[in-house]
Amino acid sequence: MNRSHEPLVHIAKRDGLVWWKNWIIRLISVVLALIVSALFIYSISKLNPLKVYGAMWNGAFGTSKRAWVTVRDTMLLLCIGIGLAPAFKMRFWNIGAEGQILVGGCATAAVMIYCGNTMPTWLMLVVMFAASCVAGAIWGLVPAVFKAHWNTNETLFTLMMNYIAIQLTNFLVSKWESPPGSNAVGVINLNTQSGWFPAIAGKQYLLNVIIVLVLAVAMYIYLRSSKQGYEIAVVGESENTARYAGISVKKVIIRTMAISGAICGVAGFINVAGAAHTISTEVAGGRGFTAIIVAWLAQFNSFVMILIAALIIFLQKGAIQIASQFNLNDYASNVVTGIILFFILGSEFFINYSVRFRGAKNGKEAGK
Amino acid sequence: MKFLSLLQSAIVYGTIILYGAVGEILTQKSGNLNLGVPGLMSLGAVGGFIVSRAYEIVYCGANEVAPVPLLCILCALLGALLFSGLGGLLYSFLTISLRANQNVTGLTLTIFGCALANFYGSALLQQHGGVGSLSLAVTSKAFRAVIPGLETVTVFYALGWLVYISIALAIFMQWFLNRTRVGLNLRAVGESPATADAAGINVTKYKYVATCVGACISGLGGLYYFVDYVKAAWTSDGTLEALGWLAVALVIFATWKPARAIWASYLFGALSWLYFYIGGLNRSSQEIFKMLPYAVTIAVLIIVSLRRSKESQPPASLGLSYFREER
Amino acid sequence: MAEEFAVRMVDITKAFGTKAVGTKVVANKNVHLDLRKGEILSLLGENGSGKTTLMNMLSGIYFPDSGKIFVDGNEVTIASPHDAFELGIGMVHQHFKLVNVLTAAENIELGLPGKTVVDRKAIAAKIQEICDRYGFVIDPNKKVYDMSVSEKQTLEIVKTLYRGANVLILDEPTAVLTPQETERLFAVMRNMKADGKSIIIITHKLHEVLEISDRVAVLRKGEYIGDMRTADADAQKLTDMMVGRAVALNIERSEPKDTVERLRIRGLTVKDPDGITRLDHIDLDVFGGEILGIAGISGCGQKELLESIAGLQPTEEGSSIRFFPEGGESAEGEELVGLNPRSIADMGVKLAFVPEDRLGMGLVGSMDLTDNMMLKRYRQGRGIFADRRPPHTLAETVVKELEVVTPSLDTPVRRLSGGNVQKVLVGREIAMSPTVLMSAYAVRGLDINTSYTIYRLLNEQKKKGVAVIYVGEDLDVLLELCDRIAVLCGGKLNAIVDGRATTKEEVGYLMTYLKDTDGKEGQA
Repeated sequence: MNRSHEPLVHIAKRDGLVWWKNWIIRLISVVLALIVSALFIYSISKLNPLKVYGAMWNGAFGTSKRAWVTVRDTMLLLCIGIGLAPAFKMRFWNIGAEGQILVGGCATAAVMIYCGNTMPTWLMLVVMFAASCVAGAIWGLVPAVFKAHWNTNETLFTLMMNYIAIQLTNFLVSKWESPPGSNAVGVINLNTQSGWFPAIAGKQYLLNVIIVLVLAVAMYIYLRSSKQGYEIAVVGESENTARYAGISVKKVIIRTMAISGAICGVAGFINVAGAAHTISTEVAGGRGFTAIIVAWLAQFNSFVMILIAALIIFLQKGAIQIASQFNLNDYASNVVTGIILFFILGSEFFINYSVRFRGAKNGKEAGK
Repeated sequence: MKFLSLLQSAIVYGTIILYGAVGEILTQKSGNLNLGVPGLMSLGAVGGFIVSRAYEIVYCGANEVAPVPLLCILCALLGALLFSGLGGLLYSFLTISLRANQNVTGLTLTIFGCALANFYGSALLQQHGGVGSLSLAVTSKAFRAVIPGLETVTVFYALGWLVYISIALAIFMQWFLNRTRVGLNLRAVGESPATADAAGINVTKYKYVATCVGACISGLGGLYYFVDYVKAAWTSDGTLEALGWLAVALVIFATWKPARAIWASYLFGALSWLYFYIGGLNRSSQEIFKMLPYAVTIAVLIIVSLRRSKESQPPASLGLSYFREER
Repeated sequence: MAEEFAVRMVDITKAFGTKAVGTKVVANKNVHLDLRKGEILSLLGENGSGKTTLMNMLSGIYFPDSGKIFVDGNEVTIASPHDAFELGIGMVHQHFKLVNVLTAAENIELGLPGKTVVDRKAIAAKIQEICDRYGFVIDPNKKVYDMSVSEKQTLEIVKTLYRGANVLILDEPTAVLTPQETERLFAVMRNMKADGKSIIIITHKLHEVLEISDRVAVLRKGEYIGDMRTADADAQKLTDMMVGRAVALNIERSEPKDTVERLRIRGLTVKDPDGITRLDHIDLDVFGGEILGIAGISGCGQKELLESIAGLQPTEEGSSIRFFPEGGESAEGEELVGLNPRSIADMGVKLAFVPEDRLGMGLVGSMDLTDNMMLKRYRQGRGIFADRRPPHTLAETVVKELEVVTPSLDTPVRRLSGGNVQKVLVGREIAMSPTVLMSAYAVRGLDINTSYTIYRLLNEQKKKGVAVIYVGEDLDVLLELCDRIAVLCGGKLNAIVDGRATTKEEVGYLMTYLKDTDGKEGQA
């Protein structure tokens, strides 16, 4: 028997790496992702890879309007990520952001349609905000109640809730469609702009930015410094410890999911009242899924989420720009999103584990 | 007549998700919760599209030969299996070797797979001058071939041979998981990888193979959608993505039993088309009807968790990465 | 010449721990072990003496840092359980490695090579053959989740035999068995021995060693002490080898002063989710100003007892735990049964609890010292924000007074060594100036110095009038530290003895032999 004494590759969990090493690993993964994305774009456009990013920059920030749309979309994605953060910190797999956004958007649209021009703008905004919160919270509560009491699998439950929400949205679209037969709601309150976000200091999307940034800071503080945030962290880490400390696990699960759903609902409100001014399933449009990845990769830190969301939206906008220049379709943007997410996901391994090959006995680490 | 017509739509629609679900059952039995099913099915569809187009339009068109149906079939299958298999391999590498979170990886795969499929699908269409201008007539006809003798029999005249393959596959999968040695080992891996490891089973290998083969089977669902349901005329309307999520729902509904997925998939198909056959519904009530499969799945999910029946539970290690003893 | 030894382990060393933590715990140090063919060898040692680690290296779970293993006279490398099984070595672990949703036959067949299709009939026949030969009873078609503990154990043994094991390792097999089941197991072991199998049984119960084994090898604190023929051994000799020379720990013990009744436990009965009775009508009084020891073989209800008091354990009808804020004579007291930890705390009961699972229950591993200090007091202060200043100060105090070795207060406690983790936990619990302090295996895995620190802290609390409950496994410590010792046996309270008057033998006896209510004695 001539077998070696150790396995070929030895993988060990790291006991935490210095913070700057973490960021170098992440940076390398982002650079690699950008290279692969450039290759992908080169393959379709034959554009000099170095010029690719110039064109993408142009697509994202080329004009003031483009820049504002990029910021607006970043904020929207960030808002959803913020909503998901408390749920994930509690280790509750809320895959249902998509649905929570949609019901929030539907509630907003309902207020715009039924109560348009009946109240001043500020009151209208408050009512829409409240309605979207309630709708999103309900959508988050249902799976949470079943999880808390009967341990029903929340990943699959919230996933199914998305499709209930999508059909609900389609139902409302056909109810509210205008003009009849178009199968779309069209721009709501086109003439009066009732319920639309007002421009602040001449900037159309500034209110979107303000709301989301306020939420981001509030969530950061909530998770870090509040008693409830502490409870969430304990429940997420160990339900046993939570019970030992006298924390009601059920209550925390239900409360946290109500908050999570409510903020996702607000994202629907921001998109409907602050950007789209209409309602369709595109109000969510897959952002609920992308945001899951944003929140997860940022490890629920609001400010890291801004970076990741901005990176994704930048790549998407850039890819769309290139696609339209070369008469291709917008799907390119999500391909690029996928590439970057895969790379960042893979890089987490090199942050959490050290890889040692046989022979390199002195703990030489073959990281990335 | 109405009923038979519904049955026919139900079977055709159900077959797409049956493939998706059978593949996902195999994957989940290894403990991997792959939420990338919609992406895999899209990849399967576009893979079939790219390769069979290369043969039927590009190769045969350039050489001015008539496409051979059998080769059309082989090309489409090859493309579908290759693309979806690579998708599964990517998922496996990230979740098994790099221990990335399964939910996040699966969702990324869905985003990526659907986008890549629609990107290339739409790009190819555009090359040929837009929607409706490109249809792989021979490929589609070859796949839609009806079993001889059934051409005029009601319902059956509309069923291509991939329908029967899907049934056979589901039954085979049931038999494979419950009766064969490899299936037994696989179930152990999904239930308790540590136990399987101690029994000398190569957990990593089982997870990789099950996930990749599962991805290929899911990809066949995408292929069937493409060559049969939309008659090999590419569309990027998001239907396939919705069907992919329905396949994930079906796995739960069938409580991880492939044979049960057969009738359950037709039930899902029927629920999805029921609105079409019930008189007096306007479009808005139809949308409510389309909720049914998802609502029913939620009900099943709740009932399973309430009953705590030990037979109907998800594989015990579903969603968790496995690493051997770290101390 | 036929090889005399089935297995020889030579000079085996194994240490755990990582560089980052800075400490390595040596689990086995230069251990030798010989197993002759066709014998039953007892591997004896106290908890934490490295028995299981040693056997895990034989069964491929761990890989030794150094040393050699010979099987049938050939040097071998055992890198995985698969290697072990190819060498004919099978181990039955304390935690069964079975797949719940599979049948007995399927579990047995798992991972074996063979025909594509599983031939259930052939497997069942082969299982039956093994059962007949050694006297097992097993239903091949029964699912594991329907099985009792004893059935599962039988299944594990049959599984190893089915795989052609010639060397069987049983890790504390009797801990989970009733006396009748133990007898049956021993009968089967004798049958296997008669059939030429070699068996190692890990145990810390002396009477079992004497009853079943041919030879006995003793480990103490990871080191090999020696071995002898069972025929030459007696309980005294073995105890000496196991515990070393009569250990005088010199733990300080003051006379209890001004004791007042704090807890009155009556009829406490607990059943686990499977319906098995874990605690059976326990009546126990706990006094402030004394240390009450709880002794018992592991899993005899210690955990359930403490968790019932802490409000973490659902109890059966008729259970009562009364708490007396002013002492037992003065008032009615307050009923704790049915309350959760929060309502107990809200009532003003200062209940400190150092649980067995330090990082899984007492602390949050990924949080730093400050955040762990506020685990039970984060609600203090008005407003929605948690005030981190008091816990920060407390963390500083604990680190200073208990000499916790930590890079900083921001270090996740998971990264501290075991002793420092325990200091953080005990420090926090004592800082709440409790009326009742419960601790479970407070010194398990700790070095000598830290252990003495813990004893000192418990004694200080006792002097302050706190009712201290100390669940321990080391009898020497129990005998020197505690004023009274309650001995649990199979979920029943067997006796309460005076810590100063009793002997190690008496407590050990009470741990294993249940005094029957009608005067007869039965074994447990």
